[in-house]
Amino acid sequence: MTFDPRSVAGKTLDIASRTEVLVVGAGPAGLAAAKQAIDGGATVMLVDENPVAFETMGESVPQLWGGLMGGQIRNRNAMTERMLEARPELADLFETGVDIRLGTACWGLFVNHANLNWMPGSIAGLADADGGSQLIGFDQAIVATGRRDMGLAFHGWDQPGVGGISAAATLATLYAALEGKAAVVLGTTPETLLSVIDLVKAGVTIKAIVEQGDHPFADATLVARIEALGIPILTGETVRGAGFDTNGIHGIRLRDTEIACDSILLGLGAVPVIDLLQAAGVRTIFDGSRGGFVPVLGDSGSTTLANVRAAGDCAGIWGTKSADERVSRREGRIAADAALGALGKDVGSDQEPTMATIPDAALDIGYYRKQWVRTVLETLRDDVPVCQCEDVWAREILEVHPPRYLNAAAWVEPKSLTQLLGEGPPNPDQVKRLTRAGMGHCQGRRCREQVQAMLALQENLELGAVSLAVYRSPVRPLSLQDLSPAHEDPAMAEQWDSWFGMPRQWTPYWEIEKRYTVASLARETDHVTE
Amino acid sequence: MSRSEQAERLGEDERVAGASVVIIGGGVTGLSTAFWLADAGVDVLVLERGVAGWEASGRNGGGCTHPQSPLFNEEQRLWPMMDQILGYPTEFQPKRIRMALSPQQFELYSRSVRNSQQQGFEVDALDAKEVRDLVPLAGDTVYAGHLYHFGGHANPHRTVQAYAWALADRGGRLRQHVAVTGFTTAGDRVTGVQTDKGIFSCDHVLIAAGPQTGRLAGLLDVAIPLRTARAEMIVTEPLPLMPIGGTDGAGLYGRQTLRGNLAYGGGPHEWVETEEMPTANRPSTPLAGNIAQRVAQLFPKAAHAKVIRSWAGIIENTPDGRPVLDQPEPWANLTVATMSGVGFGLSPATGRALMQLIMHGQCDFADLSTLRLERFAELEPDWDALQGWLPREVAAV
Ligand SMILES: Cc1cc2nc3c(=O)[nH]c(=O)nc-3n(C[C@H](O)[C@H](O)[C@H](O)COP(=O)(O)OP(=O)(O)OC[C@H]3O[C@@H](n4cnc5c(N)ncnc54)[C@H](O)[C@@H]3O)c2cc1C
Repeated sequence: MTFDPRSVAGKTLDIASRTEVLVVGAGPAGLAAAKQAIDGGATVMLVDENPVAFETMGESVPQLWGGLMGGQIRNRNAMTERMLEARPELADLFETGVDIRLGTACWGLFVNHANLNWMPGSIAGLADADGGSQLIGFDQAIVATGRRDMGLAFHGWDQPGVGGISAAATLATLYAALEGKAAVVLGTTPETLLSVIDLVKAGVTIKAIVEQGDHPFADATLVARIEALGIPILTGETVRGAGFDTNGIHGIRLRDTEIACDSILLGLGAVPVIDLLQAAGVRTIFDGSRGGFVPVLGDSGSTTLANVRAAGDCAGIWGTKSADERVSRREGRIAADAALGALGKDVGSDQEPTMATIPDAALDIGYYRKQWVRTVLETLRDDVPVCQCEDVWAREILEVHPPRYLNAAAWVEPKSLTQLLGEGPPNPDQVKRLTRAGMGHCQGRRCREQVQAMLALQENLELGAVSLAVYRSPVRPLSLQDLSPAHEDPAMAEQWDSWFGMPRQWTPYWEIEKRYTVASLARETDHVTE
Repeated sequence: MSRSEQAERLGEDERVAGASVVIIGGGVTGLSTAFWLADAGVDVLVLERGVAGWEASGRNGGGCTHPQSPLFNEEQRLWPMMDQILGYPTEFQPKRIRMALSPQQFELYSRSVRNSQQQGFEVDALDAKEVRDLVPLAGDTVYAGHLYHFGGHANPHRTVQAYAWALADRGGRLRQHVAVTGFTTAGDRVTGVQTDKGIFSCDHVLIAAGPQTGRLAGLLDVAIPLRTARAEMIVTEPLPLMPIGGTDGAGLYGRQTLRGNLAYGGGPHEWVETEEMPTANRPSTPLAGNIAQRVAQLFPKAAHAKVIRSWAGIIENTPDGRPVLDQPEPWANLTVATMSGVGFGLSPATGRALMQLIMHGQCDFADLSTLRLERFAELEPDWDALQGWLPREVAAV
């Protein structure tokens, strides 16, 4: 058998260690999965990127932190302590032998499948707080990466003090390091109202909750709890801009009023964090009752990649699940049992209460998100970046403008989206490639869902008819030096000098033989490279 | 069911508006050809299975330097004018610096340079200090380099769309989300292109479907030996602009974009099966790390720059890695084009050459004889196994 020496055949990767079960995310679902897996006799590695480095938070990764974090975040040891206090199960799991890695982000899952089949098994890329990255071999992965918030552009939304409500709740409860003390909240989804309750418990004053619709999105019971806290819900309202100066946010402008506040929290929809799954090649679909784009799930949280399962918020978000973390925990245990089964180990018995792991009511988050974007879109002027990283305005996205640094406005006619699309549905990746919206260092975390909604609005489509710009690894920004392997296979370097290395590809056309045969390669030519 | 039966069953009313020339494939090859045809007043229609440029044409390094090709002169002549010709920005930036980090690399890259010099193009050899003066992100790792006073690079996404918009401006049509499934024929003529949206009639067909070109031509009993491989690239956050964005080397190809991102690829490729109807997002692999290592070696001053994406693209290759531009027997109105990994840079020239082939049966500015299929007349039937080009699944059987 001949192998092409320039191909991947025979090249190895630098795998630092192996685990049978890899759990990504140490929230309720991930913790329960790790416990179930270790109890079932598997070797288990549990990674969580919290505590996230201050600088990373500054880039809106992985949450819309929006400059809401206090300076104490810089003290990573203290933050790790805090996290262990907040999640005592971590210590228990450590005792039972789970390889726990905190402050460690999983930036890629790599699984052989059709037409990607050279890797020595399934691999995860991990990056730790000190910047080093390593590859870990795994047999089964359970992804429990949770949720983040959807962004919404308005004048001033790029100022520190405007962030996501889940991010704020994480800062308040996990880190005890939330800067804002008086917040106005946008949106009334169940997750938002539940976060409001957590924030109030943590001592934050919620001045008001703004809702563009005629009534709150969450059900009456939850709304009653908010009302009991004395927090006004202003329906039929929307945001017109933030008041800010060099000290940060000092208020929010609504249609007719202004409210003083030091932070504005976006709560128009908790988004399942599917970045890792999608970048690995897992198929995703829009499901309005599960919070947006979610992995296509089979039994036991299985995805379209056989050894990758999803549990908790990243598998779907809905009201009753958000209200009771036992649902996510059960998803974690079910996924772990399936992983144990796939490993040929005994599956433990599920002693804890059975919680339904299907959405309760069919709340359509798609329509709701579109409505929010609709209420701000008309007021977005040519100075409000929808994509903050690349500074792209709404009109530039909808008219598919080349980026401003090309100075092409003078000689290029603006196009309509329809001219770009022809008959097909809008493709956010195509729009991203041409306008650069979503191409920046936050990897589209702030604008991805907004751009999707804008395109759906423009083309008068349901939100789910428009895809999301795809995620690509590394799903966390990672420096060139940190991404580099510690020990590279010498075989890699030996064959790495130029494009494919085909002996006749770069031979000048005037020197090429009339007939090409493999046998003719025996004649050495002074073959050049590209 | 035979092709003609199928056509009959579809019935006349399913025959949708065709065009004088129907082009299969909305990559740079198909779109450029369509542009030049429309510009010459020909009624042309491009059928693209997905969105324009979704495959290799939107995933490549953007390099425009192909001195081995008979189309090299035209490639070099056209690129500096393309923004003006098309009326849309391609982000073309002239010139290239190729850095060598070792004497071996320098020797290797010097051979390619001789190739261009023989054709009258100017290249300066640079010592390490001269490279560092021209490449602010370079460092102690550089051994020497070459400054090409030609070549350059463009933005693949923008170029694809520039062709598509310029095509529309001249009355040509691009239909996206139309998958070609077969052909209708009469005698030595292809009379129609069958798709999932009906049959498009035509006076002439160009198959420029990238990796699918072999399979589609096979439906017309034209054999084009092809194997496909996956290659990967990474991109960093923006950095301050270097004077010459087209700076690469150390086994990497790529460029600094006009926005400042470093976009580079290279390293081992994987031979894969040619999918009929690809749908996946084409995940990349941990090779991103090996590429990152080399970008950091090439540009030590950028080692801190964050990688924010990686991607993979599929490249079809003929046995010798050279394009096929041909009008195969026995058909009177069929042209095929497959580019073997060098198709982006050559696309302005390829399109113009194909326009002439289609309209006049010959090209008046380049000798395309080395790109014809007849060079494979004596090819070993198991050439792919002999070259080690079989996908792992196939090789293992
Ligand atoms: C990582 C990478 C780096 C590269 N770097 C460079 C470089 O620096 N310089 C360079 O010159 N080249 C480079 N290349 C090669 C270059 O990208 C390709 O040669 C070129 O894009 C080929 O264009 P094409 O239009 O012939 O094919 P493609 O881009 O493959 O387009 C073919 C189109 O046909 C469509 N199609 C297929 N089947 C059907 C069907 N049945 N019906 C309808 N439509 C169909 C496909 O969807 C596709 O859009 C690189 C490629 C890759 C992947």
